[in-house]
Amino acid sequence: MLMLHIIVILLVGGLLAMASQKIHQNAPRWIALTVVFVDLFYFAGQLWSMGDLNLWQAQLPTEPGTWLMHYSSPWIPAFGINIELAMDGLSLLMVLLTLVLGAVAISASWTDIKIHRGFFEANLLWTLAGVLGVFLAMDLLLFFLFWEVMLIPMYFMIAIWGHEGRAYAAMKFFIFTQASGLLMLVSILTLASIHHSTSGQWSFSYFDLLGTAMEEQTAHWLMLGFFIAFVVKLPAFPFHTWLPDAHTQAPTAGSVILAGILLKTGAYGLIRFTLPLFPEASHAFASTAIWLGAFGVIYGAVLAFGQTDFKRLVAYSSVSHMGFVLLGVYAWNALALQGAVMQMVAHGFSTAALFMIAGALQERLHTRDMRKMGGLWQQMPRMGAVAMFFIVASLGLPGLGNFVAEFLILLGLFQADRAMTALAALGLITGAAYSLLLMQRSFHGSVQQHAGLLDFGPREMLTMSVMMLALIVLGVYPQPVLNIAAPVIDGLLVFSASDAVVALEVTP
Amino acid sequence: MNSAQLLALMPVIVLTITVLLLMLQASVKRSASVAWLITGVGLLVALWACGFARGHAQQVTVLINVDDWGLLFSGLIIIAAVVTVILSRHSFGEQGDRREEFYLLLMLSVIGAVILIQSSHLASLLLGMELMGVALYAMIAFPERDQNSLEAAIKYLLLSASASAMLLLGFALLYAATGELSYSGIGAKAASAYTTNPALIVGALAMILAGFGFKLSLVPFHMWTPDVYQGAPTPVTLFLATVSKGAVFVAFSRLFIEANFAQYPGLMLALSVVAIASMLVGNLLALLQDNIKRLLSYSSIAHFGYLLIVLIASQAVGSMTTTAASFYLAAYIVSTLAAFAVIATVIPETDSNSGHSDSGADALEGLFWRRPIQALALSVALLSLAGIPLTAGFIGKFYIINAGIDASLWLLLGALVIGSAISIYYYLRIIFSMSKTDTTTSAVQPPAPQQFFSQDVLAGVLLLSVLALGSWPQPFIVFLTGI
Repeated sequence: MLMLHIIVILLVGGLLAMASQKIHQNAPRWIALTVVFVDLFYFAGQLWSMGDLNLWQAQLPTEPGTWLMHYSSPWIPAFGINIELAMDGLSLLMVLLTLVLGAVAISASWTDIKIHRGFFEANLLWTLAGVLGVFLAMDLLLFFLFWEVMLIPMYFMIAIWGHEGRAYAAMKFFIFTQASGLLMLVSILTLASIHHSTSGQWSFSYFDLLGTAMEEQTAHWLMLGFFIAFVVKLPAFPFHTWLPDAHTQAPTAGSVILAGILLKTGAYGLIRFTLPLFPEASHAFASTAIWLGAFGVIYGAVLAFGQTDFKRLVAYSSVSHMGFVLLGVYAWNALALQGAVMQMVAHGFSTAALFMIAGALQERLHTRDMRKMGGLWQQMPRMGAVAMFFIVASLGLPGLGNFVAEFLILLGLFQADRAMTALAALGLITGAAYSLLLMQRSFHGSVQQHAGLLDFGPREMLTMSVMMLALIVLGVYPQPVLNIAAPVIDGLLVFSASDAVVALEVTP
Repeated sequence: MNSAQLLALMPVIVLTITVLLLMLQASVKRSASVAWLITGVGLLVALWACGFARGHAQQVTVLINVDDWGLLFSGLIIIAAVVTVILSRHSFGEQGDRREEFYLLLMLSVIGAVILIQSSHLASLLLGMELMGVALYAMIAFPERDQNSLEAAIKYLLLSASASAMLLLGFALLYAATGELSYSGIGAKAASAYTTNPALIVGALAMILAGFGFKLSLVPFHMWTPDVYQGAPTPVTLFLATVSKGAVFVAFSRLFIEANFAQYPGLMLALSVVAIASMLVGNLLALLQDNIKRLLSYSSIAHFGYLLIVLIASQAVGSMTTTAASFYLAAYIVSTLAAFAVIATVIPETDSNSGHSDSGADALEGLFWRRPIQALALSVALLSLAGIPLTAGFIGKFYIINAGIDASLWLLLGALVIGSAISIYYYLRIIFSMSKTDTTTSAVQPPAPQQFFSQDVLAGVLLLSVLALGSWPQPFIVFLTGI
């Protein structure tokens, strides 16, 4: 029930925030912040009170009993569709990330939303609720529902409060994810239909559909349906073109949520669904996926290097960093998968912070063009220092979370594919190049004429220090996160290996 | 015919009595409000009669088969008529001085639709279709001083008449081949007739496909649709889009299933081509439209393309065919009702009809901040038509994709995915324009139509029905599988 509660709290909170606008202009943001904190503390408190969390035991994908939590109640019995939620270590990490970044997003848009504030905070909370649903839903149709529905509030956030090119960006974002989502829907229904024809029962439950036997060819196509939907969201080359537009045009809170959380749903989907549901097809496809990932790392970095728009540069750097996640997932060993999970968390914080800085700059300078910046450190030293921290975090400075993540991924990938490891490692160098360029162009150099710029205030410094602390902890002592993810990854590897063995025995 | 059979025909009888009352009323005291009231009460009683007749469902003579399926859609059609009547109250405010005839025509058309839905014989099918159609021509032309609606009515009249002629020729050929006019009779004899004289059956099927294709506005018989949708008064467009198309599709699926049309590979191939063409052409042309009524007309072309997938898959799907088709059709009807109800409410009739602000989209700009309930209803209706989860349209699409997968119709499913992806663009564009915050153009807009509380209630009810069908479909699914 806890999982259902945290989703419902956000949904109801959204309604409250919308209604509260009638009372006072500033009421919605306070309510939204309160709701997210209530949700976060409620969740953490409940977890704490459960005490023995069983975190160290391998969580087999097939055994809901070994998961941390499992909840199911019927929804559309005619098709065996249930409201089935479950949580393992991976979901736990993602839920925590979502709620923390949710609070960050509200703080990031504390002052820059001028119209319809109630509706804005409502959309923000509803997006968070949808994302939580994605991370917790274990009924494939329920998962699809959250996957699609969370786009609608996100669409409104870009379309109503976005910047000058918002109409185009919002539309592109929605169509890319919807169209790929339809492919996934066809895959889900085909999978359920195959399961129905063999077992005689309709079910969309993840636990029932795992290990469904099917022909190699069918598995390949179905896997592609899922894969495309997830890598569009990730995004990986060549499906990334919606991302720079959406991120650049979204309001600050929207960019924070998009980059920090929404992209992670794609990576989560790959780990949670594509690999376990179609282990052999994914194995066969791994080399292509690794190639896509490595290419994405370089390609994103090169494009980032060529940008003059602050937000666009950060957006392309996301393409590059998410390429590492794809590499980590398809390298298919414990090290690389650990790295991918770590990258999801660390990139969430570092990019969210960079987008928040971009938003703060835009609010002060009314431009995102780096050619009109320069020398800002002298006028806003606090912001400069903070930006420096997150930029070196993003380029992978040892001691911070991103380094641990990328190092683990490369280490794992080295066992799988040495040539691609070499190629991807180049991404670290290019990453350093564009990151330092970003710093140099905006905060160093000759001072442009910007009078009376406000430095970061207490609210911004507090938000930033939370994320700095998170990245430092992740970088210096990553073991807790690795420990939480380990049982999930072990379970996944054990499951997919055993399944492959079984299939090998059957095929001849 | 015995008395139990009369009870089964209760909805038609109630509707007919209402028509008689309307005629009597016209001869005693001419008043639009009284006519409005009689029509409304008559429709509500007929709605009740549909529920009542379920207890007496049976074959009534050779012409009409009263069953749950037919009664369900009779009920839906009557609901659509009720919505039309509610909307007509305000939209005919100042135009013309003979408004009460409109309600008479509407009732006649509803009778035709109900008979069409329940027919089990080619004669009653044709009778119902013509009764519905003839009344509809006059309804389209109703604001009689408006050129656009006259043009639309004449276009519809001419093309509809030729379609009926083709249909009639098709029926004649079928009769020549089999000597039967009832659906089941044709189904029993057509297979042997096909072996002895294939040319007759092929010709008949081609004619029938063309006739129905016109009425359902499937590509390439769709040319009339956008002009008629645009030219007709919005409540009539709503009626045409839901009642007329819904009834014809139910009649076509009955004929298709009972006469076992699925056994002819040639017809299935033709239907597949028509379906793919409808999905692609409908959605692509909808992209180019600025007028929301034209846009919805093209999107309806695509929707009937999606629906054809169920019929094409019917052999593999078996008993689920009616469930799948019914759910999709019901979802389509409810969503279309919601969409047109909002359009009729917020876009002034003069605006969407005659040319001076031909976009219609202007009137929708910033609607979220002016009339939130209407905007929300239109958004949800459009999202439902686009097939987004939690709305009725998603469960409908779920059924269609399922049917397509069962029959392995990958090409058709591919067209459906592409079509749906395209459709999101034009539906979203409307939602985007409603969410615009800088309504600088509002200065040049004509004054907004008068607001009534009842309009928001109507939009709210339709909005909730779309959401209820989509988020809690179990009771409806159970009802449908019981059919």
